Amino acid sequence: MTETMSGAEMVIKALQDQGVEHIFGYPGGAVLPIYDAMFHQDKVKHVLVRHEQGAVHAAEGYARSSGKVGCVLVTSGPGATNAVTGLTDAMLDSIPLVCITGQVPTHLIGSDAFQECDTVGITRHCTKHNYLVRSVEDLPRILHEAFYVASNGRPGPVVVDIPKDVQFAMGKYDRPKDNQHKTYRPQVEGDIEKIRAAVKLMAGAKKPVFYTGGGVINAGTEASATLRELVRLTGYPITSTLMGLGAYPAADPQWLGMLGMHGTYEANLAMHDCDVMICIGARFDDRITGRLHAFSPNSKKIHVDIDPSSINKNVKADIGIVGDCGHILKSMLAEWKVLDKAPDCKRLDPWWSEIKTWQARKCLAYRGSDKVIKPQYAVERLYALTKDMDPYITTEVGQHQMWAAQYFRFESPNRWMTSGGLGTMGYGLPAAIGTQMAHPGKLVIDIAGEASILMNIQEMSTAVQYRLPVKIFILNNEYMGMVRQWQELLHGSRYAESYSDSLPDFVKLAEAYGARGIRCNDPAKLDDAIREMIASPKPVIFDCHVEKMENCFPMIPSGKAHNEMLLNDLSDDAGVDIGNVIDVKGKALV
Amino acid sequence: MKSHYSDAPIDTPPQRRTLSVLVDNEPGVLARIAGLFSGRGYNIESLTVSETEHEKHVSRITIVTTGTAMVIEQIKHQLDRLVPVHRVVDLTAKGDAVERELALVKVIGKGDSRSEALRIAAAFGARSLDATLNSFVFELTGDSEEIERFIRVMAGLGLSEVSRTGIAAMSRGAEAL
Repeated sequence: MTETMSGAEMVIKALQDQGVEHIFGYPGGAVLPIYDAMFHQDKVKHVLVRHEQGAVHAAEGYARSSGKVGCVLVTSGPGATNAVTGLTDAMLDSIPLVCITGQVPTHLIGSDAFQECDTVGITRHCTKHNYLVRSVEDLPRILHEAFYVASNGRPGPVVVDIPKDVQFAMGKYDRPKDNQHKTYRPQVEGDIEKIRAAVKLMAGAKKPVFYTGGGVINAGTEASATLRELVRLTGYPITSTLMGLGAYPAADPQWLGMLGMHGTYEANLAMHDCDVMICIGARFDDRITGRLHAFSPNSKKIHVDIDPSSINKNVKADIGIVGDCGHILKSMLAEWKVLDKAPDCKRLDPWWSEIKTWQARKCLAYRGSDKVIKPQYAVERLYALTKDMDPYITTEVGQHQMWAAQYFRFESPNRWMTSGGLGTMGYGLPAAIGTQMAHPGKLVIDIAGEASILMNIQEMSTAVQYRLPVKIFILNNEYMGMVRQWQELLHGSRYAESYSDSLPDFVKLAEAYGARGIRCNDPAKLDDAIREMIASPKPVIFDCHVEKMENCFPMIPSGKAHNEMLLNDLSDDAGVDIGNVIDVKGKALV
Repeated sequence: MKSHYSDAPIDTPPQRRTLSVLVDNEPGVLARIAGLFSGRGYNIESLTVSETEHEKHVSRITIVTTGTAMVIEQIKHQLDRLVPVHRVVDLTAKGDAVERELALVKVIGKGDSRSEALRIAAAFGARSLDATLNSFVFELTGDSEEIERFIRVMAGLGLSEVSRTGIAAMSRGAEAL
């Protein structure tokens, strides 16, 4: 049915027609008409953040934990520029977002008007696509197209920049019947001949490994279910990237743990020594491959990805299959089931026994302490005390993020929200807010560092306002730990600016926001303190004082291959001398 | 330099490719494509663009680029993944394409060099678009090498200005894009 309404009303109507329930935003001059239109309805609920970067990360957390498109509404100029980091984060991690930005009236564009910036110019490289709406006639189509583009193909953020006069202009709104773009049609189904060839290659493998990534999560819960069925049926070991955690259950015996720079010994050695690598929805990122020329030198590689540009970008694939992971996994499963001769599982025995020797190395073991809380111990206890509550975990970026990935174990997809590609400190708290918004009543924990949390600490106010009981679990070592670790590795332990001085009293800070603050520095009291945190109905900042000099292991240092990992026992105590591990050649890398 | 990134890949010889890209003629589409090349560090040797199907608002962009085989493959995929891009066709890979560009060349001179310039222009098949007592503007259409040769010769005969369109290209034979 065609209705006549203002551009601002069209925005709200389109959001309603897309089934949007929550939008994260911050008002300002150039979006006031849209806020006014929102005032007259209650289907789309607005969450007022305290900084536009927080709005985008909140929408990311919302999208990743729910599988829906996350929505953001910000004003022109600084509203849009503050959103840029979040948009770039969503771009790198393939998170579907629609971000609506206000713009100065069309006749003022280009005049350096108050709060004007070239939003589509600035966001061109950090969005999947963006639009400047020049006429109200185009607005309904563009709004619906934005949702299509954000969520189809490789997901990503889409910006719709709407000048204020277009928001006021009256026009006809029609809900398009087919929510599509006129020409953009990403490939969903994989080439069946290639899938058959891949399954044949898999069936003949003696040392196979599955290597999966965020693409499986993006493809929906059904894709994870199909992956589980295929992996169990084949009996092959499986590892995953940081972004893919939860697609395969960590409790399963075929699970090797995360791979990559801080991945497990067994996962990285399996990648290095395998003869067939089955990569599903991952992109051979530099944190995964280590030294490219030494990356899995003797394997045939199958690469499934929805983005053709991911295939052969860093690592040459022997079989590259373009399409949606979920569809291709289904086809692979079907093809596996009709193989002429069911592969003999016995042939995998030597491979598994090799893997077991690597697992016996217990690469995640660490030296415990009864005097000081080890960060690994803190995450382990947090996991043990919350695992039965189906928790949702977000993180900031740094050592704590890697410890969370290593020691927290995920059984289901969409439970793990972290900034992988961009590595954005300050991601975790707003992401937790978005996640909690999507999952009321669930336990949402931001595993944080004391440096990262301060980057978006203002969002505490949002959490308190909307009564979102997110738990912020700070592993406080009074260092930008990962920076310090790299300074030990590469820069002679000269800790230039990597210490956290003049930290706030986090307990008082929590109380100042009207939240709950808890501090713990005694391993013996940790469990009770964590229980207290979980039991609180309020947002909680948990200031967990941990061993200051602990480093994150295992680790593949620069210039090294997967089979040249650093393991924890190189260290005597905290304060490992890792300064001589990387040779001159490694240090001279680009 | 110290860092935690992988080392630069071993270079394989670069190739020269001519790509035809069909795009929606919407605001910013050229910026998107030019920005892709600068953002990802690809080379542009020549880029031409014009709307070719007015009713459908489709433009054809011809890009000449150089890169290793892996980079060329990336360029094609990265272009193809832009939302307003309909198709990317590698004309070089499809065989020897027809490539032409047009140059306007201003030559200033008197006496012998002036008449010599006119003779050379005739030999190259260039047209004289403007003539005064001490100058010419020549128009020459040809492949890039021919135009380079013409400019080199004119350099000794009072060459003062050059304006070139960049390359327009099309595959040979009956097959269409």
